[in-house]
Amino acid sequence: MNKTVNQKAWFFVLPVLILVAFNALIPLMTVVNYSVQETFGNNAFFWSGLTWFQEILTSDRFHASLGRQLFFTFTILAIEVPLGVMIALAMPRKGIWVSVCLVLMAMPLLIPWNVVGAMWNIFGLPEIGLLGKTLNTLGFDYNYTRQPGDAWFTLILMDVWHWTSLVVLLAYAGLVSIPDDYYQAAKIDGASSWAVFRYIQLPKMKRVLTIAILLRFMDSFNIYTEPSVLTGGGPGNSTTLLSIDLVKIALGQFDLGPAAAMSLIYFLVILLTSWVFYAVMTRDEED
Amino acid sequence: MMLMFQSALFSVDWWTEPLGSWMAWTRATAAFFIFIFACIAAMGIWEYKVPGGNPRRGVFALDTTRGDRLFLSLLGSAFIFIAWIFFVSTTLWWPLLICILWAVFVFRKV
Repeated sequence: MNKTVNQKAWFFVLPVLILVAFNALIPLMTVVNYSVQETFGNNAFFWSGLTWFQEILTSDRFHASLGRQLFFTFTILAIEVPLGVMIALAMPRKGIWVSVCLVLMAMPLLIPWNVVGAMWNIFGLPEIGLLGKTLNTLGFDYNYTRQPGDAWFTLILMDVWHWTSLVVLLAYAGLVSIPDDYYQAAKIDGASSWAVFRYIQLPKMKRVLTIAILLRFMDSFNIYTEPSVLTGGGPGNSTTLLSIDLVKIALGQFDLGPAAAMSLIYFLVILLTSWVFYAVMTRDEED
Repeated sequence: MMLMFQSALFSVDWWTEPLGSWMAWTRATAAFFIFIFACIAAMGIWEYKVPGGNPRRGVFALDTTRGDRLFLSLLGSAFIFIAWIFFVSTTLWWPLLICILWAVFVFRKV
């Protein structure tokens, strides 16, 4: 039977192409244009070459916010991934509690990001917030608005509360897809629960965990709303992550050139990491 | 007339002067995007004329198509330029040469 070749089907791609052009391509092109120019307002631009890139790459401020960003991202990954797997392992696989657990797990993901920030802002207030007041009553000197360590603690706790559910749901999806035969075979062989986890559950969850790590890496590297509402980058600059710093430069100081150069470097780091994850994932598919 | 065009082509001002305020275009940045779109178009023509873009396993033990290799060449080039700006200077002729060599390496070996 002859295959029908109809190239007109390409027109179906046109709407998404237009959407991506307006939503991503044109803004990105504008950012590239801004990154090599200087403006003093009035839409007047002056060529500045690669000065902004040099300035950003060698600036202590950029290094500091990149360092904070990396610290934040790797800390939350180190907490959320193992915790998510542990919760998924502890969740029931059959019965009415499955739905209850899944709904409870999905709830933090349904809350808008700025609401999460506002909730934790109030929750952590030392005088009136449940968390802040309780910790102070217990004798801890906790004040996230004044002490950088406390601000980081609250920030990480908030992200873990908000996003561990995503890892749980993905890991759970991986776990329920394992056929019972594997467990029966392990039981016959007298395998310990660690051996079942190490040789059956973990390999079967590998794909979904890679996706979970990729999603959490990208999301946490781009995070803006929650920390901005919670701490606004403070106290001082102690929780100023890359995105917060970028907004300060672009909208606070209206330095469009340096902000554009910084955005491009930021974008390239995310692009590289995402590609590495993508390559690793597709290599596993082949194997 | 020809002489005027030639002198304009090699003048930095001609390449870098603003072309209106919308999107802050200059000829240099327009040339940058034209180059990228031309690369993508050339890849399409190449695949149409000489099909063979199926994934293959290269020196990094990764399966890459021709499109992946173009992406890797461009992404790698961006990092080579950034590293050069950070460690050396903003004069980019030498890193341009490194980028070309990198692209040749990626297309042949990766």
